[in-house]
Amino acid sequence: MKNFQIIKALSSSSAITGKAKDNSTMFIAGGTNLVDLMKKNVVAPDKLVDINGLDLKKIAFLKGKVSIGALAKNSQVAEDASIKEKYPLLALALAAGASQQIRHMATVGGNMLQKTRCSYFYNTDMPCNKRVPKSGCGAIGGSNRMHAVFGTSDSCIAVHPSDMCVALAALDAKVLVEGPKGKREIDFTDFHRLPGNTPEKDNKLDERELITSVEIPENNFTKNVHYLKVRDRTSYAFALVSVAVALDIKNNTINDVRLAMGGVAHKPWRLTETEKFLKGKTISADLFKQAGDLSMKGARGYGGNDFKLTLGENAVTEALTIAASK
Amino acid sequence: MASKKTNQNKVTPEDANSRRDFIKKSGLFTALALTPPSLVMASEKKWDEKIAEYLETVPLSIEVNGTKHNLNIEPRTTLLDLLREQLQLTGTKKGCDHGQCGACTVHVNGTRILSCLSLATMQQNAQVTTIEGLSKGKKLHPMQEAFIKHDGFQCGYCTPGQIMSGIACIKEGHANSREEISEYMSGNICRCGAYHNIVDAITEVKEGGKEI
Repeated sequence: MKNFQIIKALSSSSAITGKAKDNSTMFIAGGTNLVDLMKKNVVAPDKLVDINGLDLKKIAFLKGKVSIGALAKNSQVAEDASIKEKYPLLALALAAGASQQIRHMATVGGNMLQKTRCSYFYNTDMPCNKRVPKSGCGAIGGSNRMHAVFGTSDSCIAVHPSDMCVALAALDAKVLVEGPKGKREIDFTDFHRLPGNTPEKDNKLDERELITSVEIPENNFTKNVHYLKVRDRTSYAFALVSVAVALDIKNNTINDVRLAMGGVAHKPWRLTETEKFLKGKTISADLFKQAGDLSMKGARGYGGNDFKLTLGENAVTEALTIAASK
Repeated sequence: MASKKTNQNKVTPEDANSRRDFIKKSGLFTALALTPPSLVMASEKKWDEKIAEYLETVPLSIEVNGTKHNLNIEPRTTLLDLLREQLQLTGTKKGCDHGQCGACTVHVNGTRILSCLSLATMQQNAQVTTIEGLSKGKKLHPMQEAFIKHDGFQCGYCTPGQIMSGIACIKEGHANSREEISEYMSGNICRCGAYHNIVDAITEVKEGGKEI
């Protein structure tokens, strides 16, 4: 790892002031992804701004919403009794990610900003448009078993690896950020972006903006929820495909529904069409099968990941079935 | 597969050393350079290296297994390397060094973390417990005894991490069934495959109710 300077920020404004406009300076929170990337020379900042001293660790239940500080640890949120009660889908998704040691270190803001685990992105001897713009994409035509089937471009077929973000996309969360020009809110589903011709940009944060918190509006999704994560081993592996389901069921009818997938796109993939299809319908095995088929409409495989098209259909059907039976 | 090499992210030795060279050239040595005999002596004793090293380091106060240390470290030093290379506490193992195996698990302020992914400079004033800090004199920790009794290892390389993680697993309240133990121990890989016996050991300590 290249040596670097590190400064400790004592306020969000000093953190923002301390960060340069480019990647020569980076914020560090839990460091579970960044330190690894630095060891592999995928990123090599000259300066780190340690933001762990900022007062952004609280989970606050406010009128009509919960506010989760950007520096709240993944395990802190996953095991918070009120989160488990009011936002169980988020707790399930968090508990499905990484290992307990990493969840103790990793923060909510950092989880959102983690980089893809595409092996071409991680290997500095390989071409990767995300790491080095215009250098090519090794995964297209290469080994792409883990890669995206929705929203891809000729530049990049990487997936966003987070589980937490899939639940937050489903639950209509908002991201609160602060930068040199002040504060602003971004809808969670707009926060991460599709690769297009600029896959080096993972999200819509400006260079010097800092995530301060995530807010989730109150909802009725406290019972019939499920986070289904399909992976190569039972625990501690990234998703091949994951599905976050939240159902509000009244008299066997779907009163309201939220659905999102992970492991299929450059961002958490909200299934709004399937949601519309399900709303108001009576629960049945056939309905959930149709919902699964509909969810993967428009998906495109790249060879190694063709299996995700069928796996995705089955995973949505399975997740809906499990959620409805709770 | 495209074969075009892209080395733009690689750090060359020139990059890595440029700051040190700058410090050497612009620091106290400029003054020393005015007096040639001093320069010769300093060069012989490698003071330039030492001064450069000092200026590149940051102070760190940290407590490890009850002993306080005041150190100067490079910002890039991980907690794992600090323990092993500077404090000679080699019980904590470097397995993958990328947060994938759990061999480097230690407790920081009572919480289990991966020391390989933690920058030591970010653990200012922290209390760290490693495998060396578990026994009381010659009396082993109950988890250490249980691992021996249940044969919770073969080669032993993952064992310090498994034991640190196992203790935390119970303290966190995640050792209520074999399934729960497996899930919450999944960050600790054992390539010899002693998992069954590790779960036996953790279960016994949990049910034994001894202070851990």
